[in-house]
Amino acid sequence: MSQENNDHSEKHEEGRVTHDIHHQFVEEHHKETSTRTIWITFWILLVVTMLEVGIAFTSVPRAILIWIFIALTLVKAYYIVFNFMHLGHERKPLIYSILLPFVLIIYLIVIALYEGSVLDIAG
Amino acid sequence: MSNPAVASNTQTNEWGGGKSPLAVSWGKMYMWFFLVSDAFTFSSLLIAYGTMRHRLADIWPKADDVFVHFPFVEGHIKLAYVGLMTFILIMSSVTMVLAVDAGHKMNRKSVAWWLGLTIIGGFIFLGSQAWEWYHFIHGTEQGAILMADGTVAHFIEGVANSLKLSNGTIVDGARAQQIIDTGTVFHGANMVHNEYGHPLFGNFFFFITGFHGFHVFSGVLINIIIWINVLRGVYDRRGHYEQIEKTGLYWHFVDLVWVFVFTFFYLV
Repeated sequence: MSQENNDHSEKHEEGRVTHDIHHQFVEEHHKETSTRTIWITFWILLVVTMLEVGIAFTSVPRAILIWIFIALTLVKAYYIVFNFMHLGHERKPLIYSILLPFVLIIYLIVIALYEGSVLDIAG
Repeated sequence: MSNPAVASNTQTNEWGGGKSPLAVSWGKMYMWFFLVSDAFTFSSLLIAYGTMRHRLADIWPKADDVFVHFPFVEGHIKLAYVGLMTFILIMSSVTMVLAVDAGHKMNRKSVAWWLGLTIIGGFIFLGSQAWEWYHFIHGTEQGAILMADGTVAHFIEGVANSLKLSNGTIVDGARAQQIIDTGTVFHGANMVHNEYGHPLFGNFFFFITGFHGFHVFSGVLINIIIWINVLRGVYDRRGHYEQIEKTGLYWHFVDLVWVFVFTFFYLV
């Protein structure tokens, strides 16, 4: 957007010390997400959403449709987390400590769906 | 600690202290781990919803039969309104990431502009949600029948004098007429009754979209506070716009949750 401010971000490349009681030294290495990448991500999210709404009206069997929806949702989640939230630019240990706990969610889905098929509740 | 610049330069061991081995400030890391815990809360809610829906699959209402209204349009359009809401939230996520980008370039005016648009997007989304809640609570003209024993019988669309009981059985003829005569008609949904189907559908809808809407509302408030700070030049004096990144993380997360709510509530 503003080319004249580029020297500012250069200076930030090496890092800075936080202005609080912690005085923590933070290396700054964010490769600037270009405005182009942001808009490409926007179009991907928009097209995938329209695709989801579109195929909801087709006569594809429900059982297959559900898996298509879940797959497309995970595609959208990937683009939001990695391009908008810049998780892809973080260090690997941080990425893993954020993503790995969700293994527990997969486990919960499996046991909850099993539970759901045997649960005894009034209709 | 008293001279961090020196300490960080002489440090050879990444994890030896004095600098962030993850190359991230404590504030940003806290935000990430808060979001992980928040994602667990939303996951649990959606999984509970999935469990009950799986259990009651044959009598569960189809969401695209429930949310069919669109402003200023007579008649029913499936999925159009939630599709629009999804677009609004994605759009406000884009303006937020553009604000973060402008923050990296220390461009105060640009940050204020994009953050302002993000706030407007948040308000439009909240308004849309209020509108949808209104229609869900208000219900259809036809309504459903509350029977003497407290259960609900639903009219079957297109078939005269035919009812679907809450246990899934379909009755017609004299039996249906008797139910219509003795029961009372009610409209819409609340925490106890739901004219569209099982009351659990209403409970989950109010709880999950309400919880998400509350997150959006908090996000808008936080964005407004940050926006005022931007206008006052607080982050120029501080020397960096990291605060925008942190509130941006939260805002994108709210968008992310909506992507899942959209899929599991409206599409699947």
